Amino acid sequence: MITIDGVDVQAPVDATILEAAAKQGTEVPTLCYLETLTAASACRLCVVEVEGARVLAPGCSRQVEEGMVIKTRSPRVDRARRMVLELLASSVDLSLAPELLELAEEYGAAPERFGEVRAQVQLPVNIDNGLYVQDLSKCVLCYRCVAACGDDAQHTYAISVTDRGFGAVISTEFGVALPDSACVFCGNCVAVCPTGALIVTTEYDMRQAGTWDEELQTVTRTICAYCGVGCNLDVHVQDNEIVKVTSPFDHEVTAGNLCIKGRFGWSHVSGPASPD
Amino acid sequence: MDLRNVTTPPSDRERVAIDRVLADHGFAETDGTPGRTAIGGRSAATRRDLLLPALHALNDAVGWISEGGLGYACERLTVPPAEGYGVATFYDQFSFEERVEVVRVCDDIVCGPYADQLIAGLDGIEVERTPCLGRCEKAPVAFIQQPGFRRTEIAPASPQSVLEGEPTSVDTHIGVIGEAVLLARVGSVDPESLDDYRGAGGYQALSRALDEGADAVLDRIEAARLRGRGGASFPAAAKWRAVAQAQGDKIVVCNADESEPGTFKDRVLMEADPFAVIEGMTLAAYVTGAERGFLYVRGEYALAERRMIDAIEAARAAGLLGEDVADGGFAFDVEVRRGAGAYICGEETSLFNSIEGLRGEPRDKPPFPTQEGLFGLPTVVNNVETLVGAVAITMDKDGNSKLFPISGAINNPGLYEAPLGVSVAALIEAAGGPTSDVQAVLVGGAAGKFLLPDDLEVTLDHGTEPPLGSGAIVVFDTATDMEVIVDRIARFFRDESCGKCVPCRVGTIRQVEALERLGNGGAERETLDDLAAVLRDASICGLGQLAAEAVQSALDLQLIGGRSD
Repeated sequence: MITIDGVDVQAPVDATILEAAAKQGTEVPTLCYLETLTAASACRLCVVEVEGARVLAPGCSRQVEEGMVIKTRSPRVDRARRMVLELLASSVDLSLAPELLELAEEYGAAPERFGEVRAQVQLPVNIDNGLYVQDLSKCVLCYRCVAACGDDAQHTYAISVTDRGFGAVISTEFGVALPDSACVFCGNCVAVCPTGALIVTTEYDMRQAGTWDEELQTVTRTICAYCGVGCNLDVHVQDNEIVKVTSPFDHEVTAGNLCIKGRFGWSHVSGPASPD
Repeated sequence: MDLRNVTTPPSDRERVAIDRVLADHGFAETDGTPGRTAIGGRSAATRRDLLLPALHALNDAVGWISEGGLGYACERLTVPPAEGYGVATFYDQFSFEERVEVVRVCDDIVCGPYADQLIAGLDGIEVERTPCLGRCEKAPVAFIQQPGFRRTEIAPASPQSVLEGEPTSVDTHIGVIGEAVLLARVGSVDPESLDDYRGAGGYQALSRALDEGADAVLDRIEAARLRGRGGASFPAAAKWRAVAQAQGDKIVVCNADESEPGTFKDRVLMEADPFAVIEGMTLAAYVTGAERGFLYVRGEYALAERRMIDAIEAARAAGLLGEDVADGGFAFDVEVRRGAGAYICGEETSLFNSIEGLRGEPRDKPPFPTQEGLFGLPTVVNNVETLVGAVAITMDKDGNSKLFPISGAINNPGLYEAPLGVSVAALIEAAGGPTSDVQAVLVGGAAGKFLLPDDLEVTLDHGTEPPLGSGAIVVFDTATDMEVIVDRIARFFRDESCGKCVPCRVGTIRQVEALERLGNGGAERETLDDLAAVLRDASICGLGQLAAEAVQSALDLQLIGGRSD
């Protein structure tokens, strides 16, 4: 038995605080956490107060213990979350992370107080291939892409966090272009990126041109026709053209992952008709 | 896993350096079968812990880490090149541009006043400013890295001594209030002689442990209330007992990554009494049943590392490490692993990741090291001083004795030993008193707190204010610009943050910026307090959690920021 926000809750022994809170119906905000990946507990947005503990605990990775008394909201928790959001908003371009911006507003984050002259992540947009774009000025270093490329999904290990501290950045070895790296262009890193730092080229181009409009889009669930695995595809269509393909995270076969063909191999659908 | 290797080949020197270091660690290129080559493969993936030694081998041999060199190291160890690059770029000591040599000049809180002049005198040489090099009693300090496996510590450093590459002498001034327990042999025994160590009572603690059994040792250490001397003050007996009760393989780690600014106690112990450190690790191994030991020494302690390696070899030759330690029916051996310039690796879980060939980022706790430590095994990790203390306690010496490195504006800077409960004033007096009027004293290093001259009667102990930390005491006189000192401390945490968690990665840089605005007359106290709160409450590890302590204490004591308050 544990207590969450004053309510007694039963949770399995290996449940995290986040899972136990969700079961009780309490939502704890997250950023770096994704159900399909190993928790990095890097962003610290999901911190909660555990009675008797010296510091706040990350809800995404801390397992519940018998008798634990947890507060998912408290002045201390709220201050920490507000600061995390303030620090992120002051250093990274969150324009493609509307949920995060909403949270920042909810918690009263005021990033402008860090002054005009402040360090920010400012890196050139990297377009070195035709399938996806890296805009690392939007990167919050959640480690999701590294996990998806590595142990948690793809086992390709094309990217890593490199350097240290505020200079830490996602990179290939020696910063070589993605086509020269181990990247297999599965796009599973793109799928897990929460802030648009990794974005498929069609979406990037349309956003640049001002034509990307999710309100005009339909999403159709289908099954990939390339092989027999049975990956589910969510085909995003705007103006009768496919603009993006994703895969549902809650699907037991793919868990959001696809290969290069499933995610990117659709241009023939609306391409020129094949010659007779 | 189908790795894509770097296609650039290594140079011959790089290849030889890597082949040699891997062979030295028992990972030869072939398994001995004629005509059969065992490069990479499954066996290699289990030796990822050799990545850091391989990176050192490259940097030591040719002065930098090239694409071909890193690629070859990764290929031999089946490490993805991107991950290898991520690990290598984590550390300050590695260069990714070709260079001949580099002189690192300390510009931290003790050496800072001398740094500009020293660097100006080294015109034409590649110089990098570096945080504390741990020889503060002989400030200023420099550290030279040259290709061909040459690393030289220079203290005190002058342009001439740096150009001549004159290595430092080891005679750190020592002083004792009461009985010398931890420093009993320092300066009086030959650190290169096992016989000398034994003649001075060395290895009697291990003999006694073998006679009386592990429980008796544990009980004695528990009764003496020995607490961790690295800064966290965790009861040593609790760690040992937890690992002793665990099943299966276990590990003993000696944390010798002493990098707290103003701290040089572990260095002196390793340089002057290395066998005591080994005996302490061996005691821990005997008590816990661990068969493998690792000593992780910071990369700037070249002499201490040499002394430890030599002492380990001597102990092994004498049967005091190996398959049957001291004929006591248990096996234990120690490997030395060298850090590469990263304060964060003194945090125990970062240290584990560093040894394992991962980026030196901290892990969440729990699980604690005694549950899942190095290589996921139950691990005792103790500071150098704690282990030497355990040896002394086993021989019924006072477990309350503590080391205090004292430097700055003090007449006899050096390493002092005194019983816990000693006052800061008494320590300063023992060190010959201040060189002039005291403005402030920093206790516990960059992660510590300042004291004003009127507060020096305060006593130092575990769990009291100001926090004991590493025990470092740095004295600042009235001529010191405290804004410069506090700014240096804030920049230290900014530079040393690993970058994993948001509070520390961004919070430490915002703290530096807010201090700068404060210095310009801005009203920044609320911002600094909020930064301190998120650092303390929400950072993953102790580095971030303590990154605002000294700044906050300087603000509270009005050592800085007077104009805006």
